Formats: sequence, structure tokens, C-alpha cells
Amino acid sequence: MANLMDRIVITGVGLTAPNGNSLAEFRKNLLSGCANIQRIDMRYMGLVLAGVCTFSATDYQSKKELRTGTRAGSIGIYCAHKALEDSKIDIDAMDKSRIGIYVGITEHGNVETENEVYQISKFGYDTRFWNHHHNPRTVANNPAGEVSINLGITGPHYTLGGACAGGNLGLIQGVQMLRLGEVDMALVGGVSESIHTFGIFAGFKNQGALAEHADPNKASRPFDKARNGIVISEGGCFFTLERLESALARPNAKIYGEVVGYGINSDAESAVLPCSQRQKECVDLALNKAGIKPSDIDIVNTHATSTILGDIKECQALREAFKDAPNTHFNNTKSFIGHAMGAAGSLELAGNLPAFEDHIVHPTINVEDLDPECALNNLVINKPKLLTKVDTILNNSFGMLGINSVVIVRRYEAKI
Amino acid sequence: MEKSDIRKIVIDIIAEIAPDEDLSNLKDDVRLRDQLELDSMDFLDIVMELRKQHNIEVPEADYPHLESLQSCVDYLLPKFNAKK
Repeated sequence: MANLMDRIVITGVGLTAPNGNSLAEFRKNLLSGCANIQRIDMRYMGLVLAGVCTFSATDYQSKKELRTGTRAGSIGIYCAHKALEDSKIDIDAMDKSRIGIYVGITEHGNVETENEVYQISKFGYDTRFWNHHHNPRTVANNPAGEVSINLGITGPHYTLGGACAGGNLGLIQGVQMLRLGEVDMALVGGVSESIHTFGIFAGFKNQGALAEHADPNKASRPFDKARNGIVISEGGCFFTLERLESALARPNAKIYGEVVGYGINSDAESAVLPCSQRQKECVDLALNKAGIKPSDIDIVNTHATSTILGDIKECQALREAFKDAPNTHFNNTKSFIGHAMGAAGSLELAGNLPAFEDHIVHPTINVEDLDPECALNNLVINKPKLLTKVDTILNNSFGMLGINSVVIVRRYEAKI
Repeated sequence: MEKSDIRKIVIDIIAEIAPDEDLSNLKDDVRLRDQLELDSMDFLDIVMELRKQHNIEVPEADYPHLESLQSCVDYLLPKFNAKK
């Protein structure tokens, strides 16, 4: 039965980021200023900067599954298992047809297609050598479908293609489906395998938007005058989402927070250039849906990707949206892990969730010379900041073709 | 080429395709599917690896010849020797 007023809570987090394979490790590194970007050898291009994940894929997959599946699927499977373990939910005791899997992606299939084209190039481009695994690897639902197969979940599974807003879209879809009564639990978030496709790197490079720095860990530097582009990363983050009543029915449930608002809108202007006005409107949309004011937000996790124009545009939007919110603080997570593309929205939200308990805002790092056009009141730079309380977090995630997404999560209080 | 060479080639390919399996005690006259967790997609992989690694073509009508190690060897030996 649909109840659009259902309260939806996060009760599990599973993630892999370049600087952590659990929320605890990720958070520790965000608070201690530890980035982890490295140089990898990219086909046709040579060395490029990237964020690489080091989770143990064979913890949950056989070697054969790894051979036939995709990196995005593998990342999703790891994150799904970890989210479920964290939530202490035994899905084998549940009706698995009532579990949804909603996974945000920036893109999918580039890696696998490039690999096949490269592979048949060794055979004179004879398509007899084209791998029959190509289609199941490249269908758009692959990263969610591999999770479904691995866990035997028979409820709906699909991806949400939202460019770099994808991670937020996965979460929002889960909230909506729980409220519609379509599912009783959802694994939601986003994944990215984009560091395995030269096309993404070459595209950004030729657009003048690929970061370079002598020190890899200083390459992703949103808001700094010397920023020169994006560091592309792989990663993933899934949340276990459920209705508040089902979480409260489990005595051992840990409620990380309640999803109280969200917004999705479109710039309707440009394929690549962001629009401050629409971003601001998206923030307003989420605030209105949550029924709160800008001043109720304690932390804004900015989307800023370390591009010249993108960072300025977002800061313009935020200055306008939060002009009457003198106590709202701003930070950035990409400065540590680069841009995890489809995973960015969920990973960056996850990195901030522990602030509900420790009241610390992790900083944006690598700001040596703040760009005046990126100045924000209470931008937490280079060192974490302890607040007296953190009750509400707002997470921005924007993507190409002008898709904007905002999620608001509130610390759970039993008596709200 | 000898039968033992073909047998090793097939086992090496299976080791790539089914890396979780223990291949040390494979029985030559028992169906591979009855000894290993192989599905139809895996047999397509075997066909592909024979094509890629050894330039051996196995037409679809001949797939049943890949049923066991013994039938593989019997079927593939003349094909490998015909390459010379």
C-alpha cells in the first residue's frame, strides 16, 4: 500500500573508495586529510591520474564470475554485501521479491566495448573474435543485475543513468519506490568503473578538463586558483534503505539518518556547461520537499569537480541559496578521492554521515590559494572543523546534459 | 601433435575459463559438465579460445564433440595435425 508520507531511513552503508573500503576507513582518511590518487597506465594515452579501489572482489565472487562480469558489477556486489552486513539484515529470511536494487551510473559499457574493439584489433578486426559476453556485460542494467544474480534478489533491479548525478538518483529512486510500496527494502547508490576506459580520459583531456599535478594527491583541488580539471576515479557506495517502521522493528538496527528531501531538475541549456540558477533551484526544491529552510542545513557537500568554470558556477548557486544561512558549512569530498562519477553522489554523502555523531565537518583539501570566485561563507578548508551539532546534511551532485540532484538527510531523532 | 598435447591444451583452456575448479583429477571419459560447473556459455568460451589461441574452428554442429576430455582429444587431434 502506498504511503507517500512514509519516513525512509538509511540503515546500512557499504562502500569502496580510493582511500577506503569501509565507511570507518573512509571517514578516518577524510578527517586526517589522506587522499589517494595515483598514476595508472591508460591504453593509448600513457600515464594518467586516477583514483583506484583496492577492495577484495573475491570475498563475494568466484574467479569465474569476475572473468565474465564487469568491474562495475563487481563494485556493486561488494558494496551490496557490505551494506547488508552493516544493516544486519538477513535477506534470506526476507521475501527477496520485495527488495529493489537501484544503481546510479554515469555511463556503462564504454570499458567493455573498448576492450572488445582492442581485442579484435589483434585479429584484423574479425568479428568472429568478438566475445559473446559483450552483450550481458554492456546492457545498461548490468551493474544492478550482477548484484541481483549474486544475491538472489528477485525484486526490481535497474540502473539510473544520470551522468555524475547518478549516485543521488539511485538513492532518490529507492525512497520513491519504498513510499510507493513497490518494495520493502532497497539497495541504492551508485558505482563507477570509468577509470578503465580511455575514452572518458581522452574526452576530458581534449575538453581541457583533465587534472594534472606533479603530486597526484594534490591534483583534485576544487576551489583552488590553480585547479585544472577532474581526477577520474572508480568506486561505489550502496545504502540499505527501508521504512522507519521496519528499522524500528529490528532492535539491532542502526539508523544513520533519514532522507527528508530531494530534488532533481534540468538546466535545459548545455551539454557540458553548468547553470547556477538551475542548481540553486534544485537546492530550493529539495529544501521545500524537506519542509526546512537553508539555515537548517549544517553541512553542504559540494559537487565541485575541480574544473575552472564548474566550481565557480556551483559556488554562485550556493551563495545565493544559502545567503540567509550564516551557520551552514561547506566541504568537498572529491578533493580526496577524485571524481567517482556515478558513485560520487552516494560516496560523498556516506563520507559525511558520521558527522551526525562526531559533529565534525571534513574539509576540502588542497586549497593553497582560494579562488575568490569560489569563496563561500564557512567553507571548511584543509582542516576538519568541529561543530556544536550536525543535524542536517545536504548533498549536491550534478551531471552532464544539465542534470542536477540534491539529497537532504537528517539525523534520526525518535521524537521528531 | 600427440593426444597428450591436445589434452593439455584443452585443460589449459578450461583452467582459464573455470579458474575456481580443481582440474587435477579430471576423468577423460566422463562428461565435463558432470565433473565441473560448466554451462553453455563456458563451452562457447572454449570454442572462442580454440579459435583465438590455436586458430581451430569448431562449427556449432560439432559442439557435442567437446563433451568430455576424451571426445575433445579425439575430435581436435586431426584438426590440430591438419594445420601443419
